[in-house]
Parts: sequence; structure tokens; C-alpha cells
Amino acid sequence: MTLLAVENLTVSFPTSDGVVQANRGLSFSVDAGKTLGVVGESGSGKSVSALTMLGLNPGADITGSALFNGRDLLKMNQHELRAIRGAEIAMIFQDPLSSLHPHFRVGWQISEAIRAHSDVTKGEAMSQAVELLRLVNIPQPEQRVRAYPHEMSGGMRQRVMIAMALALKPKLLIADEPTTALDATVQAQLMELLMQMQREVGMAMIVITHDLGVIASIADEVLVMYAGRVAERADARTLYFTPHHPYTRGLLASVPSATGVTGSRLLPIVGAPPSLINVPSGCGFHPRCPFSMEMCIDEQPGLEAIPVGADHSSACWLPPEMTGIGIAVDTARQRYASTHRGARSQKLPGVVAAAESTAVYA
Amino acid sequence: MLDVVPTPTSAPAPDVLLRAEEIVKHFPIKEGIFFKHEVGSVKAVDGVTLEVRRGETLGLVGETGCGKSTLARCVMRLFPLTSGRLTFDGADLSTLSRSKMRPYRRGMQMIFQDPYGSLNSRRRVGSIIGDPLAIHHMADGAERKRKVQGLMEVVGLNPEHYNRFPAEFSGGQRQRIGVARALALNPKLIVCDEPVSALDVSIQAQILNLLEDLQSEFGLTYLFIAHNLAVVQHVSDRVAVMYLGKVVEVADVKDLYATPRHPYTNALLSASVVADPDKARSRDRIILSGDVPSPINPPSGCRFHTRCPKAQALCSTEEPKLKSATGDAASHLTACHFPVADGEKLASDKATILQAVEGFLAEAPT
Amino acid sequence: MSLSTVQVASNQAPPQEPAVGGIEGRSPLRLVLARLRTDRVALASVAVIVFVVALAFVAPLIESITGHSATITNVDTGTDANGQPLPPGTGGFILGTDNLGRDILVRIAYGARISLLVGVLATAIATIVGVVVGLFAGYFGGWLDSILARIMDVVLSFPYVLFAIVLVSVFGSSLPLTILVIAFFSFAAIGRIVRGQALSQREKEYVEAAQSLGAGNLRIMFVDILPNLVAPVIVLATLLIPSAIIFEATLSFLGLGVQPPTASWGNMLSDAEGVGFQAWWFYIFPMLFLLATTLAFNLLGDAVRDALDPRTERIFAGRRKKKKPA
Repeated sequence: MTLLAVENLTVSFPTSDGVVQANRGLSFSVDAGKTLGVVGESGSGKSVSALTMLGLNPGADITGSALFNGRDLLKMNQHELRAIRGAEIAMIFQDPLSSLHPHFRVGWQISEAIRAHSDVTKGEAMSQAVELLRLVNIPQPEQRVRAYPHEMSGGMRQRVMIAMALALKPKLLIADEPTTALDATVQAQLMELLMQMQREVGMAMIVITHDLGVIASIADEVLVMYAGRVAERADARTLYFTPHHPYTRGLLASVPSATGVTGSRLLPIVGAPPSLINVPSGCGFHPRCPFSMEMCIDEQPGLEAIPVGADHSSACWLPPEMTGIGIAVDTARQRYASTHRGARSQKLPGVVAAAESTAVYA
Repeated sequence: MLDVVPTPTSAPAPDVLLRAEEIVKHFPIKEGIFFKHEVGSVKAVDGVTLEVRRGETLGLVGETGCGKSTLARCVMRLFPLTSGRLTFDGADLSTLSRSKMRPYRRGMQMIFQDPYGSLNSRRRVGSIIGDPLAIHHMADGAERKRKVQGLMEVVGLNPEHYNRFPAEFSGGQRQRIGVARALALNPKLIVCDEPVSALDVSIQAQILNLLEDLQSEFGLTYLFIAHNLAVVQHVSDRVAVMYLGKVVEVADVKDLYATPRHPYTNALLSASVVADPDKARSRDRIILSGDVPSPINPPSGCRFHTRCPKAQALCSTEEPKLKSATGDAASHLTACHFPVADGEKLASDKATILQAVEGFLAEAPT
Repeated sequence: MSLSTVQVASNQAPPQEPAVGGIEGRSPLRLVLARLRTDRVALASVAVIVFVVALAFVAPLIESITGHSATITNVDTGTDANGQPLPPGTGGFILGTDNLGRDILVRIAYGARISLLVGVLATAIATIVGVVVGLFAGYFGGWLDSILARIMDVVLSFPYVLFAIVLVSVFGSSLPLTILVIAFFSFAAIGRIVRGQALSQREKEYVEAAQSLGAGNLRIMFVDILPNLVAPVIVLATLLIPSAIIFEATLSFLGLGVQPPTASWGNMLSDAEGVGFQAWWFYIFPMLFLLATTLAFNLLGDAVRDALDPRTERIFAGRRKKKKPA
């Protein structure tokens, strides 16, 4: 059952240096009880979409729709959104130190969140807070309930945030880089907790991160974002073993622990993520793409269905069958040329010439 | 000292560039209104013995509070050691004063984690990279500029940007500036303190490749500190694992990842995320209970015993020494009374989490 | 020193566009100047300051053009039949004369010299001393910091007028003494701020990096930390100038600073004692000039502080938007 359906979301911010186009036509959906992983680097616009849906970007120009249980979040006023936030959609932010109020005790903050949405007494809310702290594995929760955020370590603060988010058993949990600041063992504990909560309660999750390892562990479906748009969307296994979009391929080839990375040499993507003010024309990835063609500079590819794997679509001009890791650039171009006779000759833009020499993602 | 049994084949003794023997660094905690007296201390590094061999990359992993960053700074003599002996290329650096340390600093340099904080934002890039040359009076004026621009090219920066400020560069480029600065004096050893943790994934790979190329080009030795196990596995020849101020296991990289002996290493490896959905899901994660204890009051005996699934009475009274477990190579050392045998599976704490979840849900049904 | 081209290519840093994210890289100084140019109050203040400086500069010129001296008593042409001072606009005296017949305009111009000289010089000395003391105190900490911080606290709470009286009675008043006294009582304000900044900068990673390179303490203080203090120090110094000017005026008013017949806005005001409304030009003009000058420096200091603060971007963005209608 589809819980959240986002259609053509566009978010832009006017700034003194130009208009930042954070999201340029984003569409995705999340089913109940499933986890959607959103992968992207800094500047891909991944956090903005979540914040916008919850109405936390008041100064932005927003178009599109985000239907949650049939109601459009983008058209609701703050009053209606407040009823939904916390109770039905909960969000965990990236930096717990700035997301928790520094002047109030942790237990108080959790119990306030509970009391804002349900009719319980202060005492009941506080004991629920203690139980929540116990849930997220904070030792001595009865004492810890009275601590201030700055008295706790980073890992504990993040756990408090997760406790607050789970307090009202939301239908959808949005986690923005929930484990980036945490140690590996604490990260494992928390991911285990989130997955168990999901199994028991049927909670849907959107996990936004740049860590491909976290996505592999926790996501059912994956969305790869680049320059404010969806580059590729597929179910987790499909994405890691038979990716189509060159950006996805590039990401997988730069991560030491990924499948298909053999030998000792990582193959980074040349260049850096683009600015969202001056987004490259056509396909945003073309300046860094070793497979790029003239077509990529002129026209923006739409999300095309890919026949390989489950629920697979990719925004790329390369032939849909060309998935997988380990395809040489020339082969790719030949195949494209053979199926697109009459297309203009494929010339690489000068900037990417450097990538030619290491163009084989083998 | 390491009790290494000499191997039967007459392999030459490894050429050790840096040797740390029982390094201890405690940070005193002072209290008092007028006259501060010491009430306790943070035992950041509490007796570490390690050696770094010429030309290798020694990876140092551990979680927050294990003391790896402090150890890196001890090695660099950024502060005095509480006790212990530090030998670099044959010279004893343990108790040298700042001015006596200066000439040795040419041989060892450091790359920092934060590309934004480790560069002085008010100085131009050329001046930052040329700083070591100026401090050690090695080049002046036009010659310094030439050297700096050469370094910029080596690390992949455009030498024409000599006069720009750090703010005009991206995170990955700023890290390259840090690398160029570290290379300026032709050091033998570079201590890399989490050099890629703060960077985007695709930029991480660029910097890791750069470090690898520089190592083979200039014959560098790296002490590579990180918390990401996959990255450490990728770059290191040998790896040391730290927990609460002590080294718990050290081995060649293949041995460590294939047959980890210490329970903590096992937990750490099983907890680390792998970018492969099949492996990630099938792996049985060992979930440790509790939190890392405070380094102000570390547990008695083996420091890991409070969270260890294999802990027994002996573990809380006697501290285990680093030695090679039966059946392991002489280079594979573990500090554990009951090292994990081949094929042994450690108990995981998943059940506790499940209990907690069920308890929580039973308490307040939706 | 050359790596194979294949490897270099893949390791190449991204080609540097105009700067990160396609935004033109500007040096901090150019940014500040650009922002100041949009601030009308700042521009007005600069205009006033330029005017006063110009006035001080051409004081001898005015003196020779009008033929009136600033210090020589001028009873015959400068006073009327009854020996009373002339109001502004009479007898070729644009701003009138004082009770000794001296041209007020010329005196104001020379007074501007004194005020600016003392203001700027005392501030400069106070700034240098304050920066050095603050840097040493903040960077080294420990007992040095305790001593220096206490000294600064004492200086800040000292009743400076009494002290000035004591000094003058011992040494006799003079311009250098005035400057030194003012500098001495002003350095602590800068010193305290610099100390705080140095304390926080000392913990930053780039200081650690400098130490790892083998840089000595002095080098770290002056080559690394000091450039990071330039912004607050400039603001403080700009705001210190008007208080130095007022300080000098106060001292001169009390007879402890510049002695007659040398003209100073302060002692011109003391000449105006008991005059009342009849000879209003005695005090109105020195007062106006004092007010305008100090106000201009104060406003300029505030504007510079806003221009240096990256968080005030919203204000400047708004101004830029108004200039170019979207």
C-alpha cells in the first residue's frame, strides 16, 4: 500500500548569488512497511526534499505534490502539518546537538513531544520517556532522563533523537544521515533497532545518506539522486549488482567495500558535484560522465524503465539493456550508435577527455 | 616489548621506522577555585606498543574514545608523553623539548581530518603550503614559490591558484592542500588522521588514490587512522585495533579480516557496513551490549570485559598481554585470554533489542 | 616528480571553474569594500571624516588666506568697539571670534589637527599594545595570562581623570603625555577582546597543524592567529578613535591636556564657560565638530562591523535586490 507518493517536486531558493534549484522534478513513492534509501552526495538535494514535505522550508518556491495517505502535504497549512509531524511522520535530523534544545532536559523534551499529540498526564509521559530511552539502549534511563543534551555523547544524543521519533509510533520515519556521526558498533545497534521496529509496527522508512553500506543493509528500494533529480531508482539488489546510470556505477566503483571492486585501485568519478545554482545543461552529470555524448548536453533524459532487475528505472540516454559493472566506453558508444542511426556524431566534451584514459569501470 | 619468536626462515628483521614502547598519555582533570588540583585523569592512551615499518601503511582503527587520535599526536610529539619511549629512525624522541624536536619534524608530518579547520582561512594557499619551507629555512622567495607550485601539481591542484584563499576551494581540494603541505619537507612518515572521513564518497576515492600514488612515488610510510574499516582494509598492509587506550589486536591486513581473534575486532568487523546487499543482509551482526566505558575510569583487567560476550572471571582481574595466539603467524598479536577460534560464533545481543521493542510496544499500544 | 599521465588524470582535482560552485572568488577585503559601498550611512560618515581631515590639513592655508592667526591675540581687528567678540559673518570672520579676538574658524581647523592626531595616534599605540598583550595572554595562558588579565582589569577600572591629574602635576601637561595617557587607558579594551579571540583560535586545528610543522610560538601567534583577529581589531580600533578624541577633549577642557594658546576643541569649550547665549558661537562650533567627528567614526565602526560579519548577508542582499529590480 503506497503511503507516500511524491510527484514532480521542484524546490528552489532565491539567494543573493542566484536561484538554488535544490530539487528539479523529483518523483518517488514509499510503501508501508518498506524502506526507501535515498543516496546522494552533498549538493544532490536529498535532504531538501524531506524538509520540504514536512513544511520546514518556508522561504522556498515549491511546485509538485506529495500525497501522504491521499492528502497533499505541500498544500497543508502549518496547523495541519503540526498534527502530522511527530505523530504520523517523524524525522531524525543529521546533527543531534543542534536538533535538541540545549536548555531543556532530555526527558522533558521527549515527554513534551508525546504530550503534544496524545492525551496523557505528565507523569505518564515521563515514564514513557524512560521506557523509550531504555528502548534505544541508553544505560540507566531513569537517571539519564534528567540529563541535558550537552552532557551526553554524540552517540547518545542521536539515540535520544531516535527515541523521540519513535515515541508516537509514526507511520513513516524519515532519517537524514542518522548514523553518520556514530561509531560502527553503535550504528549496528541502532539500525537493528530501526529494522525491528519496522517489522513489528509496519513503519515505513526513508533513509537519506551518502553511505552505500548503510543503504545496502537497510533499504528495500533505492533512489540515487544527482543534482536535484533522480538519476536511478531500483530495488536494492538490482542497483548494486546491475546498475545502469553511470553515476551509480561511479559511486559503486569508488567505494572500497562494494561489489565488483577488484584489485587495489579505486576508480573515482572525476570532478566534483555541481553547484545547484549553475546546474549543467541537459543531463546534470554530463561533465563528469565518461559515457557522455552530445545528446547528453542538449537534452535532459527522463526516467526510463530498465528491463533488467526489479522496479528499475534510470535517467540516462544509454541503451536500457546496458546495465552492470564493467562496460567499456567504446562498447557503450558503439551500441548506442547502432541503435540510434541518424543521431548526431558522438563527440566528448573537452573537459571529460581526462576520464577517457581510465574510462573502463572494470 | 614485543615477544616475537623469530621465524625459522631467516627473514631479515623488518626495518622499523617508528617504534612506540608503552606510550602513556593521561590528561589531568583539574578542579578548584583558586588553586587547581588534579582530581582524576583521562587515560587516553594507556600503554601502547607499536611499530611502523619503513614503506608500509599501518592502519589504526577504533571507535570514539579509543585513543587513536591521541596516539597520533603522541607520535607527532604535539604534546609531552606522560611516559613511554618513542623512537623515530633510530633517534629517541621521547623527552625532547620543542626546540630540539624541530629538526626531526622534517621527517614526520601529519594530514588532518577536517579540511575546513586544518587550513588557516586567512592565509593564501601558497603561503600555507610554503609554511614548512619557511619555518625550516629551506627555500626563499622565487625558489619557494617554484617548489610550492610543483607540490600543487603533484597533488592535482592548479598551480595558478597559488594566491587563492582556502574558502575558494572545495573540501577535496582543501584536503589536497593539506597533503601538499605535508609533502613539502620530503618526510619519511606521514600520519594521516582520518584524512577522508569528512569528504564525499567520490572525492574520498580520489584522495585515497592520490595517497597511494604518492606513497609509491616518494617511498612514504603511512600511519593511517580511520574508523571506516573498509577504507582501512583497502589502504593498509598491517592493521592495529585499539580499544579504550590500548591495542587489542595487530596483524597483517589479510589475517585480521579473515581470522580476527579478539572479540572486539570480531564485533567491529561484523558491525561495519558493506556496500553489498547480499553480504549485508546475510551477515549475522554481533551486537554489543552497553556503551564504551569512560576513559577516566577504565574497567579493571581487560578493558573490554564489561561488554565482551566471552568474558570470564579472569578477564576482570588480569590484563591480557599482546601475544600471538596458537596457530597464528608471529605477526598476528592479540591481547585476549580467550581469543576467538576459527569458526567460533560469538553471541549477539539482538535478542535484547527485540525484547526491548516488544516491551515498549506492549506498554503503549497505538 | 612526475606521475604517469594516466594516474594523474584520474587523480586530477576537478578543473577549477571561476571558483567553487561557479561563484566568483573574492578576497575578503574586496568583499568588505563592496559591502561598504552599499551602506549609505557608512558613505556619509566617510564623507564627514574626509572633510574634517581635509580641514585639519589645510589649517595653515586657511590661516594664511584669512590672515588670522589661531593663537595670537588679536584685539584690534578681532573685537568690536567694546572689546566684545565678533559674531559669525562679521569683519571677515566666518565663524566669529573668541574673547581674545582670534578667528574661530582657524582655531577649529587647528583643533581638528589636535583631535585627529591624538585620536589616531593614541588609538594606534593602544591597538598595538593591546594586540600584543592580548595575544600573549590568550595564547600562552597559565600564569602569564593571569597576570596580564589582572593588569587589564585594573586598568579598565581605574579612575583615569584622577590619574591624569596626578601625572600632569608631576610631569606637566604636553601633547606626548596626553597621547600616552590616553593610549594607556585604552589598550585594555582591545587587549581583552584579543585575548578572548586568541584563546579560542588556539584550539583550532590549523594551530595544531602549524605546531606539527615545527613552527615556534611567536610565529604561530603573529603569522597564523593574528590574521584571524584583524576583523574584530579593525572594528574596535575604529570605535576607539572617537573615545580617544573625547578623552583628549575632556583632558583639555579640564586644563590637563593641550594648553592655551594652542587651540583644541576641548579648551575652546572651556573658554566658553559662563558665556551663556550671547556668544553662542563659542561653544556651538566646537561642539558640532566634536559631535560630527565622533558620530562619524562610531557609525563607520558599526558599518565596518556589519560588513565584516558574514551573518548580515541578508541585509546586503536586500540592498542589492533594491538596486537591481528583479
